[in-house]
Amino acid sequence: MSAGADIRAPSRLARLVAPALVGILFLILWEAVVRLWTIPPYILPGPLLVLETLAADGPGLFMALLVTLRITLAALAVSILLGGALAILFAQSRLLELSLFPYAVILQVTPIVAVAPLIIIWVNDTFLALLVCATLVAFFPIVANTTLGLKSADRNLVELFRLYGASRWQALRYLLLPSALPNFLVGVRISGGLALIGAVVAEFVAGTGGTETGLASRILEAGYRLEIARMFAALLLLSLTGIAIFAALSWLTRRLLAHWHESALAEED
Amino acid sequence: MAALPASPLVAAAALGKTFRNGTVALGRVDFAVSAGEFLGVLGPSGCGKSTLLRIVAGLTPPSAGRVLWRGGDERPGRIGFVFQEPTLMPWADAWENVYLPLKLAGISRHNAALRIEPALASLGLAQFATAYPRELSGGMRMRVSIARALVTEPELLLLDEPFAALDEITRFRLNEDLRALWRRHRCTIVFVTHSVFESVFLTNRILVMTPRPGTIAADLPVNLPEIRDAALRLSPEYAASCRAVSLRLAEAVA
Repeated sequence: MSAGADIRAPSRLARLVAPALVGILFLILWEAVVRLWTIPPYILPGPLLVLETLAADGPGLFMALLVTLRITLAALAVSILLGGALAILFAQSRLLELSLFPYAVILQVTPIVAVAPLIIIWVNDTFLALLVCATLVAFFPIVANTTLGLKSADRNLVELFRLYGASRWQALRYLLLPSALPNFLVGVRISGGLALIGAVVAEFVAGTGGTETGLASRILEAGYRLEIARMFAALLLLSLTGIAIFAALSWLTRRLLAHWHESALAEED
Repeated sequence: MAALPASPLVAAAALGKTFRNGTVALGRVDFAVSAGEFLGVLGPSGCGKSTLLRIVAGLTPPSAGRVLWRGGDERPGRIGFVFQEPTLMPWADAWENVYLPLKLAGISRHNAALRIEPALASLGLAQFATAYPRELSGGMRMRVSIARALVTEPELLLLDEPFAALDEITRFRLNEDLRALWRRHRCTIVFVTHSVFESVFLTNRILVMTPRPGTIAADLPVNLPEIRDAALRLSPEYAASCRAVSLRLAEAVA
């Protein structure tokens, strides 16, 4: 393989092997450091211990992961519906956009950790409270990107629709929505990651109480008990979940845009 | 003959256009297009010829004057419009792009197919119905765009420098095909271009426009045979016509 020679076009293999090698080296170094300096596991557990813990506590952690995942996916779904609907409203009326968009920005920039306690007090149902928090974090990229996409429809096509007497609904259905699809999908991909972050942050604020609690509670619990290996195992699960969500949404994007969009074409070949 | 058409399909009466920033795009423009005519509008870039076309299409309101259909009606007739770019929907294949005007008119796919297939075929696209725009060359995309404009059987077909971005070989082919299409359908066409050669090859009458503010400097008949093919480009008559029109254009621009 001439992977090293041609820097501009690294082969598929190099793209997989290079980061994997870095990861493995890092893990070996980590294990070595922990063993050589005999660092106690309640300060820093080695990667092997983390794996053992993951194997042992797997079922429990997995149940917690499902709780977090349920909130994440629900928040993403609400964000898609709410964000998409808001963007369509904005595209229909400039006045509505001018009046509402600043508030969408305010919701976005207000740190969720600061607002979450209020929401948890106001909303009785825990699942609902966490869902509201995660949605607040996740919905903005969808609104912003979809609004942009709806407004960037080809101007000549817009005029063509006018020439042929298209109704507002026809223009939306057959021109604006398809034009906005690439931007919408970018928004969804960002929101997918943010929904997970929002769900975990909200769980942190909500604390460890209750029976059906998510991964954040497991991390808190483990922290209190100095079970650092369990913390790492839970963290690992969270990261893997984030990666899986991103990969799934990227796959969906490529599928939906396969026929026509430049971004999908570049990854196709 | 050209000065007083027997039955003007569309007439522009004292059209003027001043943009909001104060630019005067069109001075005072009067002309008439008779049914079945192939009219060229020739002028330098920025002379307001595209603006004129957009006003006739009803896409831009004039600042002064009126566009009259069939001797007095201000409601526009059925119009087909071809832009400088193919302006296709990238997410839809050729068939679906040509279907668009019919879809917007509420015509079912089943009924539309009877009109879409001939439209595609008449532009040599029969094999490309399921091709997406990105899979087609620039010339083929423009063919889809023209098929889309023709599928509604428009009373007036407006083309705004449709071949300006194409290479010369492709442009020649499309010119020949467009001329043949007109001969077959006898539709009324207004073709805007900045190319003397293109306007002479295609049309039966040429309006030469002055630079901004655009006015009509000359109204010239093109006395060439009805059938125009590649051989015509090499003929002395064609060269003479091009020379005559070039001179009038040079006067208008000076």
